[in-house]
Amino acid sequence: MDMLQVSVWRGAASGGYRTYEVPRQESQSVLDVVTYIQRHLDPTLSYRFACRVGMCGACAMTVNGVARWTCRTHVSKVVQGNAIQIAPLAHLPVVKDLVTDMREFFDKWARARGQFVSGTGATRKSDFARIASDSPGRVAANAGIECIGCGVCYASCDVVSWNPDYLGPAALNRAWTLINDERDGARAERLAAVAGDAGCHACHTHLSCSERCPKDIAPTASIAGLKRAVALAAWKGEL
Amino acid sequence: MNGAGQGGAAARAAGMSPGAKAETWLWIAQRASAAVLALCVLVHLVTIIYAVRHGLTGAAILGRTRGNGAALAFYSVYVLAIAVHAPIGLRTLCQEWLGWRSASLNWFALALALALFAFGLRAGWAVFTG
Repeated sequence: MDMLQVSVWRGAASGGYRTYEVPRQESQSVLDVVTYIQRHLDPTLSYRFACRVGMCGACAMTVNGVARWTCRTHVSKVVQGNAIQIAPLAHLPVVKDLVTDMREFFDKWARARGQFVSGTGATRKSDFARIASDSPGRVAANAGIECIGCGVCYASCDVVSWNPDYLGPAALNRAWTLINDERDGARAERLAAVAGDAGCHACHTHLSCSERCPKDIAPTASIAGLKRAVALAAWKGEL
Repeated sequence: MNGAGQGGAAARAAGMSPGAKAETWLWIAQRASAAVLALCVLVHLVTIIYAVRHGLTGAAILGRTRGNGAALAFYSVYVLAIAVHAPIGLRTLCQEWLGWRSASLNWFALALALALFAFGLRAGWAVFTG
């Protein structure tokens, strides 16, 4: 039987790679490999997953240096010879082994004013808001709305590594979808929150987030939209 | 979109860092100066290539720039765009690569801007007065 040489990060901020031999199987995902290690070779290995089918985003890890969903990554796609290296997501504190602390990532969503705030005065008794599916705002929001917060873009972003305060692609993409929501009631606060050195203007347009997003979202385009919207607001004295 | 007063109040309520507005303007200034530079660099390069290909001597070039108001005006705009553009970019590099984020960085960038502007204008003036 073919065996994979799987090098897995063990420890927290300090630690090292440990190599395991895992039987190669057909249609094997990287998550299958990690699960095999924990169930058959080393039960102390910590990792995070939930749905296994690319819906939850919990199983994102660094595979051969690239952030990916391990459940949707076939071994055949990433294996080099018979070797694979698996590490926790970059730019996030490691809790243990392959588990990262996502708090800062989600706190930044809140800092980017990622919560919906109604501007229409609607209550739960109100009728549905009617928004044309082909309206420009709806089209722009749709382009970024499918984000499930897996952190792959955040772990892939160079600016996050250079500027720890940078809100990151996912939080900014979220802000952009809300700014394009006709019902939005917090546009000014949101534009102010995403302006400046820690916000959209720090983006260097490297496109790593757009390249690696498993949902094929282009956060770079959303951030470019924010740059224009914030610059326009500053120009009009509304920032 | 909210009015100006509301926007500012909202920004303060949002706990926005006081520098965010200034950072936004620096970003606008850098993009605007980049647009000017795109044209100026092109004209400058074409001028150099023309001078080299026609074997113009230093004296011949000075002969054309001396008293040439258009050349002085062009290079003054060019120098101004450089003085705006380069220090803002270098400031960002210092922040991201060196972790230099204190107020001293702003003074450094300002000093660089003034130096680029002064030396650039001096050079432009020199070929004008020849």
